[in-house]
Amino acid sequence: MTALHAHDELLLKAKPSTAPRWLIGVALVLTAIFILAPLLIVFDQALAKGLKVFADNVAQAETLHAVWLTAVTALVVVPLNLLFGLAAAWAITKFEFPGKKLLLTAIDIPFSVSPIVAGVCYLLVYGNNGLFGGWLQAADIRVMFSVPAIMLVTLFVTSPFVARELIPLMQVQGRDHEEVAATLGASGWQIFRRVTLPNIKWALLYGAVLCNARAMGEFGAVSVVSGNIRGQTNTLPLQVQLLYHDYNATGAFAAATILTLLAFVTLILKAILERQTRQH
Amino acid sequence: MSLTATIRTQPQRPTVKRPALRRVLPGFGLTMGATLFYLALIVLLPVAALILKTADGGILRFWQVVSGPRAIAAFEVTIGAALIATAFNAVYGLLMAWVLARYRFPGRRLLDSLVDLPFALPTSVAGIALTALYAGNGWFGALLEPAGVKVVYTLAGVAMAMAFTSVPFVVRTVQPVIEELKPEIEEAAATLGASDWQAFRRVIYPAIFPAHLAGCAMAFARGMGEFGAVIFIAGNLPFKTEIAPLLIFIRLEEYDYPAASAIAVVLLAVAFTLLLTTNAIQAWRLKRVVKD
Repeated sequence: MTALHAHDELLLKAKPSTAPRWLIGVALVLTAIFILAPLLIVFDQALAKGLKVFADNVAQAETLHAVWLTAVTALVVVPLNLLFGLAAAWAITKFEFPGKKLLLTAIDIPFSVSPIVAGVCYLLVYGNNGLFGGWLQAADIRVMFSVPAIMLVTLFVTSPFVARELIPLMQVQGRDHEEVAATLGASGWQIFRRVTLPNIKWALLYGAVLCNARAMGEFGAVSVVSGNIRGQTNTLPLQVQLLYHDYNATGAFAAATILTLLAFVTLILKAILERQTRQH
Repeated sequence: MSLTATIRTQPQRPTVKRPALRRVLPGFGLTMGATLFYLALIVLLPVAALILKTADGGILRFWQVVSGPRAIAAFEVTIGAALIATAFNAVYGLLMAWVLARYRFPGRRLLDSLVDLPFALPTSVAGIALTALYAGNGWFGALLEPAGVKVVYTLAGVAMAMAFTSVPFVVRTVQPVIEELKPEIEEAAATLGASDWQAFRRVIYPAIFPAHLAGCAMAFARGMGEFGAVIFIAGNLPFKTEIAPLLIFIRLEEYDYPAASAIAVVLLAVAFTLLLTTNAIQAWRLKRVVKD
């Protein structure tokens, strides 16, 4: 950090031009219009009819159920993708094997696929006309348009987050420490817990935070598979849309404030964790 | 992509020792098996199902759907708006990356955090917020519409929503590269009499170009796939502001699964092409860095 500052001062001294000031000004104005304004209007609209209406809207049974379902989904999805991220990062960064590039690309697939396309993919596996459709119907198991479908598609959409944070970091850290521990007779679990985990804990948390934000906020993929059953399979992002289409904009924005606060928490945690990773 | 290259550039241990050391660490079978199993179940199987089910319908049916006038119009709207959004982000994102990487000023931290907001904010929230802003009675709409600029229910609105959700890709890909640039190069350019602009164009931009290109490719891919932020502001008029992901959704609601999956396959193919392109750009970038 201090090195960075010194370098900046050097730069500013070397070039006493006026260019930076107007560049910074343009960046601030554009960001205010483009990013800050959409954020502020959420609260403006939610509170447009007063605090009482806002509180009633937030406390509405359907909205509360949506909050609950969103939280449960994240509670199932985030730990699973944490484990996946850890396993993938360990296999990729601690060993050499053919096809590594291909594996890395495969991990990235969900980042590049449109959420709607992801939803269609799942419909074609677990839906009535899907690959497993006949088999699931025979066993009387319903996956589509129910909570498991929401969780599955959210697993898909958020699967790369943790892996993507861990792999570059563990790559840089190498495997010397782990190899020393192994030579000294430590077991695999001991090596992971005592040697690897302390080095990656902040990045791991960081990945979990990003994964959680997306899991709670996913809209497109979930809207394909949820069936939008009121008070049953509506997550909070879907509830926002439902209220909005019911011509209840104030209610929609009230539900949206919960998600916006979640975004704030995400950004704050992100800033803290980024500083921690930089220090270590 | 970039990772394998990193490994090769690391100092090599004597080759005699290497095979012995490689097997020292445990857990390859467990972690590799778990990774492949999870990836197959959660990612590859559903993607394969889409391709298989569409192939089941036959190439003729596929072609009928994707070459139909409404689908063609939806592809045009999607690609056109994503191009406009990417062009905007190429400039705005580069400016933000530059300002955040190079200058220290009050409020810089806040600005840095705001850049990530589009990633953290759920897309349906972004969608209704942008619609409220640019609607005729909104903060910006009330200023723009009397001047004859309509954003809501137009291509401009679609592009605006796509630009909002994809701008962090450009900033976060370019910013670290600018931070790593050596100031000596610019100082040398300045000493040799180059103006700020000349130094940027001739010296700095070539160095960040691969990262900029990769960031723009990612932003374009995200824009093409965007759904939540777009559908509220677009008004979804067929042939005018209906994007391809929405047309998929409409076909699903009509239980026309073959049509939905045919359009989805096209989007999937575009996404794969862009993913491979981005990876190729990143690999090229890394090769350049290693050479330098």
